[in-house]
Amino acid sequence: MRSIYADNSATTAIAPVVLEKMMPYFTEIYGNPSSLYRIGGKAKEALEKARENIAKNLGAKFPSEIFFTSGGSESDNWALKGVCHALKSKGKKHIITSKFEHHAILHTCQALEKEGFEVTYLDVYENGIVHPEDVENAIREDTAIVSIMYANNEIGTVQPIAEIGAICKKHGVLFHTDAVQAAGYIKIDVTEQNIDLLSMTAHKIHGPKGCGLLYVRRGVKIDNLIDGGAQERNRRAGTENVAGVVGLDAALQLSLDTMEERNAKLIKMRDRLIDGLLKIERSRINGDRVHRLPGNVNMCFEGIEGESLLLKLDLNGISASSGSACTSGSLDPSHVLLAIGLPHEIAHGSMRLSFSDENTEEDIDYILEKVPEIVNYLRAMSPLWEKIKKEEAAQIS
Amino acid sequence: MAYSEKVMDHFANPRNVGEIENADGIGEVGNSKCGDIMKMYIQVENDIITDVKFKTFGCGAAIATSSMATEMIKGKSINDALKLTNKAVMEALDGLPPVKVHCSVLAEQAIKAAISDYYKRKGIDPEPFVGKVPECDECGCNL
Repeated sequence: MRSIYADNSATTAIAPVVLEKMMPYFTEIYGNPSSLYRIGGKAKEALEKARENIAKNLGAKFPSEIFFTSGGSESDNWALKGVCHALKSKGKKHIITSKFEHHAILHTCQALEKEGFEVTYLDVYENGIVHPEDVENAIREDTAIVSIMYANNEIGTVQPIAEIGAICKKHGVLFHTDAVQAAGYIKIDVTEQNIDLLSMTAHKIHGPKGCGLLYVRRGVKIDNLIDGGAQERNRRAGTENVAGVVGLDAALQLSLDTMEERNAKLIKMRDRLIDGLLKIERSRINGDRVHRLPGNVNMCFEGIEGESLLLKLDLNGISASSGSACTSGSLDPSHVLLAIGLPHEIAHGSMRLSFSDENTEEDIDYILEKVPEIVNYLRAMSPLWEKIKKEEAAQIS
Repeated sequence: MAYSEKVMDHFANPRNVGEIENADGIGEVGNSKCGDIMKMYIQVENDIITDVKFKTFGCGAAIATSSMATEMIKGKSINDALKLTNKAVMEALDGLPPVKVHCSVLAEQAIKAAISDYYKRKGIDPEPFVGKVPECDECGCNL
């Protein structure tokens, strides 16, 4: 049976060239970067070299604006909690975000609400895109920070980050973006795009899990999230994940070097797949078709439930995901799909396929063969589909 | 979250899928908002459930519990079928993840709903036999 990994928005395989660069830092140059002896000094050197290159690749003015973390969730937590706690004494108690952020943002906002902060959750409309004018209208005297994701993790819609950045700059409000899904697929320039804080992680772009970063523009007041030793210029304690950082740098570099060609290939595959799957009756594509990550396909099929679709796909060798309730252990369907206005019963039947450089046109052929078969099979045993067809027939007659 | 081999077997090869034409009782429980609907058809002769079929919209556990529940009541008397608990269905499937327990409850209710319908069609009040089949808003999913 064919085996297709189509869940690259969840995580990716480490690229061989990235792994190769990381290996010496596990076994040879394993010293603690804070130590004085040579093996520590060499590790420190690798760390700072990576920081410098990453800063350049993200358009940061100074390497010291890059802080290494354990990944996207930590970076998101730190950005919001750190800034809000630092600005609280100045009377800033308001946060602006969107309804379809990652839970690392939404649950952090909820935690801050419990502390007395107020949060405005902006609408993302039917196509899954935040309107910059809504950001402007929501800004208040006491707004501490605006946090809008660069690209959505479920439906892949790309947000007008530069426009939002310009608005925040105009009003003197800090702007954070969670770029976990966008990095490596979209050219990010924190200076040009007026981004004050940015989260990213290595494992979505063929780097290792457990290593990410928070970009913090010089001059931004931010409290620590993790207290302890003096690492990361006293801002983030804990012995540095040197191999991880080397991997993060190598993965970002690789993704930028290959971006243009890879995106062109992925967009072609994505669009062929979407067009093919839309031929299934009562199917829909979720999120804007143009302002969308090159490798993201998110569809709903009425009358079936997402988890059973995923299990069937898995039995056919296809690894996919759904925004569905069932996989996350809650009974509610995806908050992202509800945010773009889908009713519960349709949002339950979602499927996300996310591709990387390693996928091929043959993978798309296979998926185009299997998905309609599975959808038909599940619909044939679905009392909901039976109802939909009955209503349809009643409307015609 | 991982399913047992038995759950995966009943999901991949569900038993008794379909409809019964001129069924003696049909029960439907759950709703599309919550993400699962089970519809059960029974055929009854001399108080024995001679045939049972189901159609389910729902997750892997919903399909597997429907399939297992139909196997467990096929050939049984109405009285025995009414004694089938969600716990017995779960045990027969070698367990379910905690968030999926409600699927087995739904399977038990689907059987009760089909038997209620059978009694009603015969002009008999089902409540003394079946008890009350809980409404969907009692499932605790807060929709």
